[in-house]
Amino acid sequence: MELYMSLAIGVLFTVGIYLILSKSLLRIVLGSSFLSHGVHLLLLTMSRLKTGAPPLLDEKAEAYVDPLPQALILTSIVISFGVTSFLLVLAYKAYKKLGTDDMEELRGNENE
Amino acid sequence: MNNLLVLPLLVPLFTSVLLVFMRRSILLQRWLSGASSLAGVAIAVSIVIHVKKNGVQTLYMSGWAPPYGIAFVGDMLAALLVLATTVVGSFIVFFSMGSIGEERERYFYYPLLQFLLVGVNGSFLTGDIFNLFVCFEVMLISSYALIVLGGTRLQLRETLKYVIINVVSSALFVAAVAYLYGVTGALNMADLSLKVAEAGQGGILNVIALLFLIVFSLKAGLLLYFWLPGAYSAPPTAVTALFGALLTKVGVYALVRTFTLVFGGMPEVTHVWIGWMAGATMVLGAFGALAYKDIPRILNYNIVISVGFIAFGLAAANRDSLEGVVVYLLHDMIAKALLLLLGGLIIRAAGTGKLSEMGGLMRRNALLGWMFFATILAVAGIPPLSGFAGKLLIVRGGLEGEHYLLTAVSLATSFVVLYSLMRIFMAAFWGDERATASAIDTRKAGLLLPAAGLMLIVVAMGFGSEWVYEFASGAGRTLLDPSGYVQAVLKE
Repeated sequence: MELYMSLAIGVLFTVGIYLILSKSLLRIVLGSSFLSHGVHLLLLTMSRLKTGAPPLLDEKAEAYVDPLPQALILTSIVISFGVTSFLLVLAYKAYKKLGTDDMEELRGNENE
Repeated sequence: MNNLLVLPLLVPLFTSVLLVFMRRSILLQRWLSGASSLAGVAIAVSIVIHVKKNGVQTLYMSGWAPPYGIAFVGDMLAALLVLATTVVGSFIVFFSMGSIGEERERYFYYPLLQFLLVGVNGSFLTGDIFNLFVCFEVMLISSYALIVLGGTRLQLRETLKYVIINVVSSALFVAAVAYLYGVTGALNMADLSLKVAEAGQGGILNVIALLFLIVFSLKAGLLLYFWLPGAYSAPPTAVTALFGALLTKVGVYALVRTFTLVFGGMPEVTHVWIGWMAGATMVLGAFGALAYKDIPRILNYNIVISVGFIAFGLAAANRDSLEGVVVYLLHDMIAKALLLLLGGLIIRAAGTGKLSEMGGLMRRNALLGWMFFATILAVAGIPPLSGFAGKLLIVRGGLEGEHYLLTAVSLATSFVVLYSLMRIFMAAFWGDERATASAIDTRKAGLLLPAAGLMLIVVAMGFGSEWVYEFASGAGRTLLDPSGYVQAVLKE
């Protein structure tokens, strides 16, 4: 199971990085959200996958799923959701005002 | 257990929520944010006194004893940095009242500023590495909004890059935390300190340490500062001063904390990297400060240089240099805020940021000129102003640790700092007066008083170095030997 998860994470990271390195703004935003999905899966996998075990119910439980990573992932998802929506609005505003979504044209060292 | 520790978060948090509802009345917003900032300073002072008297203070959220749950830890370093943050924050609030403009004030400038302070204070006080990530994000999201507020073309363009860089580095941060949790099964930094020492730092833990180094370097602008000069020259002066004084310093703090408390075990790997990165940062920052001929860029490269210098103190990692790191961090937060505020005022007075188009400001703005001159001396580290003590300690620590090359580099860059800022002083204040159409009169109490207040602190910290050192040496001791920190957190 870990192997498949690792492969999935690898694919997500690859896609995310590929998209972030492209010039189009929208692709970069999508890439950043792929990257955060990859990271969340990584967080889940790193805390060891146990299938079929219940959550921690009482002190005498013999097998249980570590609840902590899920709390972390939930927090992280909320944050990346907020940031992504901000980034989308920002990209839209920037496109309207600057008239381009090509990062190559947005380099500019001069102050306007 | 000390509930005082959570107040530096709660006060700005509640203030900002209240401020959101006061959108219509700018006057009320100003009063409330001013009052709450001053309350923040009072709380921070009482935390410092508490820590000085009773040692490291802890607070376990919801009573979950560590290593479970989130712990807040106030050691001397955190307490002093919170104090510096609240002081800088309040001066910038007062400066903003006269400079930021009604348009921005109406669109939630003050609430965002308070949210930023929540994140910064939280990052300093938290004792949990995932909570550190959360506080970082609180701070960053407010900074995204603050940097773009106003929506000029330049701001939009630079904010895009700033946000994307930070989104990527935040993703790396979570990945690093995931690896660390996978290896050690801990998130509490005190617990991590023990577990990493137990497992023996090496192999995979070194890789994780370097991943953290990359993440925090991106935030601090240590070698990976390529985004900084552009992004920090976009927003108005008050915001740039806030960012230059606080945001990069939070990154530096995170580096100092993790590489003394958690990953202190293998300095021959991690600290060598930090040392080289610090040296490269100082050299490249110096090139930048010399190459550009406009005020925002020169000042922003000066931020980069000082980050490199502090990181050099961390890399040397002996008693003198770590105490120096604390003293210099405190000095740099105050002095950089002052420098950036004055830089902004010069741009206003001249109507341009380009050195070649300004001149002769001394005739009308003598006070501004002399304050800028004194600030230059403080930033360059000339006694008896505040930069000297920290610089002396770090350099002494560097020599003790036999880092001769890096020490030479750091001293040489001090001259570059002095020269690059002096060039601004000469271009702006000497020569014939030049009238620029867009020049604004800066001789207003609302603008000069906050700067004068910061100036007073810089002078006081310089003359009272002995007194500052008394506090800072306590903080340095915890950095050198974190066992006191660990015991204070894990005792109960």
